[in-house]
Amino acid sequence: MKIKSTILAGATLAIMTVSSAHSADTIKIGFIDPLSGPFAATGTNGLQQFRYAVEKLVNEKGGVLGGKKFEIVPYDNKISPKESLVQLKRAIGEGVQYIAQGNSSGVANALTDAIKKHNKRNPDNRVLFLNYSAVDPALTNAKCNFWHFRFDANADIKMNALTDIIKGKSEIKKVYLIGQDYSFGKAVAAAAVKFLGEKRPDVEIVGNELHPIGKVKDFTPYATKIRASGADAVITGNWGADMIGLGKAIGETGLDVPIYTYYAANDGITKTIGASGKNKIRLVHEGPANPPSTPEYEAYHKGFKAKNPEKDISQFRIANAIQMLASAMDKSGSAKPIDVARALEGMEFTSLHGEKLMMRADDHQLIQPIHISVHTDENITFDSDNSGFGLRTESTVAAADTALPTTCKMRRPK
Amino acid sequence: MFELIFFSLLNGIVTGLLLFMLASGLTLIFSMMGVLNFAHASFYMLGAYFAYTISLYVGFWPGLIIAPILVGLFGALVERYGLRYVHRWGHVAELIFTFGLAFLIEEVVQFIWGKDTKAYHEPEVLQFALFNFFGQDFPAYKAFMLLVSIGIFIMLLLVLTRSRVGLIIQAAISQPNMTAMLGHNVPLVFMGVFGVGSALAGLAGVIAGPALGTFPGMAVVLGSIVFVIVVVGGLGSLGGAFVASLIIGLLQTFAIALDYSVSDLLAAFNITTAPDSALRDLWTLSLPQVAPILPYLLLVLILIFRPTGLFGKRET
Amino acid sequence: MSDIANTSTGEISVSFAKRFGPWIVLAIGLVIMPFIFSSNIAVYTMNLMGIFIIFALSYNMLLGQGGMLSFGHAVYFGLGGFMSVHFMNYIEYEIVVLPMAVLPIFGGIIGLIFAIIVGSFSTRRAGTVFAMISLGIGELIAASSLIFVAFFGGEEGVSGDRTMGPVFFDVDFAQDIQVYYLIAAWAFITIGLMYLFSRTPMGRMANAVRDNDERTEFIGYSQRKVRFISFCASGFFAGIAGGLFAINFEIVTEENLNALTSGVVLLMTYIGGVGFFIGPIVGAVVFTLLQTVLSNHTEIWQLYVGVMFVLTVMYVPQGLTGIFAMHIPAYRMSRLGSLVVPYIRAGVPTLIMLSGIVGFLEMIHHVRAAAQGEHGMSLIGIEFSTHAVMPWVVVCVLAAVGAVATKTQLPQLREAWEEANAPMQSNEGASS
Repeated sequence: MKIKSTILAGATLAIMTVSSAHSADTIKIGFIDPLSGPFAATGTNGLQQFRYAVEKLVNEKGGVLGGKKFEIVPYDNKISPKESLVQLKRAIGEGVQYIAQGNSSGVANALTDAIKKHNKRNPDNRVLFLNYSAVDPALTNAKCNFWHFRFDANADIKMNALTDIIKGKSEIKKVYLIGQDYSFGKAVAAAAVKFLGEKRPDVEIVGNELHPIGKVKDFTPYATKIRASGADAVITGNWGADMIGLGKAIGETGLDVPIYTYYAANDGITKTIGASGKNKIRLVHEGPANPPSTPEYEAYHKGFKAKNPEKDISQFRIANAIQMLASAMDKSGSAKPIDVARALEGMEFTSLHGEKLMMRADDHQLIQPIHISVHTDENITFDSDNSGFGLRTESTVAAADTALPTTCKMRRPK
Repeated sequence: MFELIFFSLLNGIVTGLLLFMLASGLTLIFSMMGVLNFAHASFYMLGAYFAYTISLYVGFWPGLIIAPILVGLFGALVERYGLRYVHRWGHVAELIFTFGLAFLIEEVVQFIWGKDTKAYHEPEVLQFALFNFFGQDFPAYKAFMLLVSIGIFIMLLLVLTRSRVGLIIQAAISQPNMTAMLGHNVPLVFMGVFGVGSALAGLAGVIAGPALGTFPGMAVVLGSIVFVIVVVGGLGSLGGAFVASLIIGLLQTFAIALDYSVSDLLAAFNITTAPDSALRDLWTLSLPQVAPILPYLLLVLILIFRPTGLFGKRET
Repeated sequence: MSDIANTSTGEISVSFAKRFGPWIVLAIGLVIMPFIFSSNIAVYTMNLMGIFIIFALSYNMLLGQGGMLSFGHAVYFGLGGFMSVHFMNYIEYEIVVLPMAVLPIFGGIIGLIFAIIVGSFSTRRAGTVFAMISLGIGELIAASSLIFVAFFGGEEGVSGDRTMGPVFFDVDFAQDIQVYYLIAAWAFITIGLMYLFSRTPMGRMANAVRDNDERTEFIGYSQRKVRFISFCASGFFAGIAGGLFAINFEIVTEENLNALTSGVVLLMTYIGGVGFFIGPIVGAVVFTLLQTVLSNHTEIWQLYVGVMFVLTVMYVPQGLTGIFAMHIPAYRMSRLGSLVVPYIRAGVPTLIMLSGIVGFLEMIHHVRAAAQGEHGMSLIGIEFSTHAVMPWVVVCVLAAVGAVATKTQLPQLREAWEEANAPMQSNEGASS
C-alpha cells in the first residue's frame, strides 16, 4: 500500500523535477497570483497584461543584455499566502529569480517576508520581488526591505492625491468612509482621516465603517446608513465583489454624491455598475486611459485589445514594471537580482504615457503622477469591459506632489 | 433615525423572505430525508446563472419561469440518480455527497460561465424608484422580490395544508414507512419534493441574481446561513423556517444599521479600558462588525439549549 | 501489505515482525525519502504531506473511528498554528527560551484546551447536531479571526522566524531539509500515538459508539464521555499539525482555520478511506500531490478533484485504501495474477476514454481562456490549434471509442473478479 503510493509519488515528483530544465537565454519572471478561485478573473487579466507587455516591450525589441528574452511563468497561488509560499519555492526551484505579484496585500506581506528570509539564508540564489499592485503602505514603510520594489502608488499616496482634489471642492462638507475589514481597508480609512484632517479640517467624517471582506450578501443596509448620514461624498477602498455590491446599492437608494474609489473599474465591475454609476464613481489611479495620452500608448492599448478583446489594460503599471526591469538589466549589464536591484534604486524613467517616473531609493516606492478619473460613457476612446463605459481623467496630481515621507530604514546587502 | 429604522425594516423583510424561499425547500427535504443538503444554495446559484443565460436571448420574464423548472428537473435527477444511490452508504455519506456536489457545481459553473461577475440586470420595467421616503428611494425591484416571496409562501402553505399531495407529503415527513405501507410511492414523493425544493431555490436565485450579483461565490455566501435558518426554525416546520428567516434577515440589517460597540456598553457602566491591552479588539467591537457572525452564534446557542429549534417537534 | 490495519476487525498479532515491521519500514522510509526526492520543491511537498497526514489522521479519529462528521476541524489546526507562531515570536524576543523543535506541543495544548471547551457541549449528540455545531463554531472562529487582530493578525496573519532560539547540533532550521526531518519525527511519533489510541479500550469504545450508541449506553458506557475523549484527543493532534505548519511556513493566516481548510481535510480523509487507519495517510499524500502537481499542469484541476470526490462518495465509499483492501482476499489466495490481464483489458479503454474527456475539457477551457489569436495549445507535448476541426474529432473519437470499449470489457472483468474471489463471500468485507 505504502509502497504503491510511494511509487505514484515518485513518478509525479520525477516528472516535476525533469520539467524544470530551462534554457539559459531566457530570463524567467514568475507570476504568482490567483489563476483559479474567486479572484481568478483579476489574476488571469494581469497575466495576459504581463505576457503582452513582455512580448511587445522587450522581446519584439530584441530582448535585454544583447538578446536575452523575458518569459512569464505563471504560478497559481489561489490568493492564499500559504499557497504563494509553496509556489515561490517551486519557482525558485525552477530557476526563477524575479517574482511578480500584485493581488492582495496579505499575500504580498507573506511573500516579501519569505523572500527576505530566503535571500538571507541562500545568498547565492537570491530573488527579487516586483510588486505591481499590493498597496498596503507598510510594504514600503515598516516592512520595507531591499528585495521589494513597488510599481503601484501605495494607499497613502493615492489618498494624498485624492484629498488634494477634495480640498478644492468646497461643496463637500460631509464624508462617509467605508471599507473592507482588513489591513488595506483600515489603511485607506486611516489615511483618509489623517489627510482630510490636515487639508480640510471643516469636513465632517459622518461615518467610518468597516465591513467584513467578501462576506456581505447585500449592501443595501450600508447604503441606507450612508444615505441617512447625509454624506455628500463617499470614500471606499473596496474591490472585487464588495465594490460591485456597494456601487449598486448606493445607486439604488438614489443617492447622488461622488463615490471616490480605488478599484471600481474593469474585470466585470464597470459593466455591472454601468449606467447606475455614471458621473458618480471616481477612481484614483496611475496610468490614464482617456483621453489617450500618446500615440505609443494608443498603439500599445489597441494591440492588447486586438489580442484580448474580452480583457482590458486595467493595470498599466505592469508595462512600467517590465520596461524598468529591462532597462535596469541593460544599465547594470547583468541579470543578477542584486545588480538589477541596485540599478533600479533611484532610477528615472519615462513611461509610454510620456510620464516621468522615479523609483525612490529610500523605500523602493515608484513615484508617479496620480489621476482622478470619472466613470462615464462620454468622450471615451478606450472603454472597459466593452461596455461603452470607461474612465475619463478629470484631474492629475503631479508626481512630485504625491511623494510622502517614509519610515523605511533600508538595509542594503554588501 | 426613523428613516434608518423604516428602511432597515423593509430591507430586513426583503432579505428574510428571500432566505425563506431557500429555506422552505431545504427544511422540507431535511425533515423528509434527514439530509441537510449542502448543495441547496448551489441550486440557488444555478437558478441565477440559467436565468442570466436565458435573459441574454429572450429577456428576464421567460427566465423567471424556465430557469426554476430547469433547476427543479436537475434537482430531481440529483435525487434520483445521486442521493438515492448514496443512501445505501448511510447518512454521513449522503451529507458528504451533497457537500461534494456543492463543490463540484461551483467548479462546473466556473468552467461554463467563467469566474467573473455576470452582468445580469433587473428588467427595464422594474428599474424605477417605487416611492421616495425622506429623500431615499425604494427600488421597485425590491417590492417585486417581496411580492414573489410572499406569493410563494402562501402557495406553499395552501398546497401543504389544503391539497391531497400536501397531506401525503406531511404523512411522509412524519411516518415515511407507514405512508409507504399505505400504498403511496414514497420515493416518488421524495423525488418530487427534492425537485420542487430545488426549483424554489432556483427561483430565489433568479430574482436575487440581479440584486445581489451573479458570481461563482454566491452560493457559499448564502449557503450556511440557510442551514442556520432550518435548524433555528425547527425540523420540518415551515412556519418555523418563516419566522427564523425573518429573524435572521432583520438581525443582519439592524446589526449593521445600529452603531453600538462594546465600549459604549462599558461606558454606560462607567468602565474604562486600556487602549493597548491584548483584548483591545474586544472593547472596540461594534455591532456592524459582528453582524455576519450573529447567525452562527444563534445556531450554536439554539443547538445547545433547544435542539428542537424554535418550532420543531423532533430533535435534529 | 500488513501495514493495512483495519480498525474494526484488526487482530493483535503476537509475532514481533508483524507488530513492529510496518513501523520500522515507516521509519526507514521517512529517513531515506529526501535522498530519493532531493529537489527543493519535492522536499517542500513532502513537508506539506507530513503536516496533512497528521491533520487528516486526527480528523479520522472523529469521522472514521468516532462517527462524528465535523465541518470545523480546521479550528483546532489553525489555533494550534497561531499559538505556535506566537511562541515562535516569544522565542525570537527571548521572552521564553525553548528549542524550536518542541513548538508543536504548544499548538497541541491550545488545540486540546479548545477541544475541551467545544467538546463539552458539542459531543452530547452525534450526527447532524454535531455536524451543525462544528459548522457554526468553525464560522464563528473564522469570522472572529478577522476581528481580533491582536491574536490573529487580521488578513495578513502572524509571521515568525524559525531560525531563532537555542540551536542544537547545528540544526537551525534555515533549510527545508532540516524542517523535513523535524516533521518526519513528529509525524512518526503522532502516527504511533494515534495508532495506539485506536488500539486502547477507549479507541474500541469509540468504534462501538460510532456503530451503535444506544447499545453502548446499555453496556454501561457514557456515549457522551467516549465521544468527548475522542474529540479532545483529535483536537490535540490537529493542534500539533498546526504547530508544524507554523514552523514550515513561518506564517499562519485566517485561511488555516476557515471552512475551506475544514472542507479540504474532509475531502482528503474521505478520498483516502475513513474505514482504515492508513486511509487518511493515503488521502493526504494523494491530495497534496493533486494540489501541487495537478495544479501546475491544468487550471481546471479543482474541477477534476470535485468530480473525483463525488465519484468516490458514490461508488467507492471505502476510499482509495478500500480499493486496495478489496484485493487482500485475492492476494491471500495468490490469485492477484489472474486479475492483471482483465484489468489491462478494461483499464486501457478506460484510460482512452478519460484522456478523450480530459482533452475535450482542456480544449474548451483553452478556447475560452486564451488570448485572441492564440489558438495553439499543447497537451502532453503535442502542439495543435484549437481552431482546427481535427483535434476536436480526435478527442471525441477517443472518448467515444474508449467508452464503448470499456463497456464491452466490463463483463469479463466482473467475471474474473468473481472468480478470483470465489471462495470468499463478497468483496465488501473490507468496508466497515
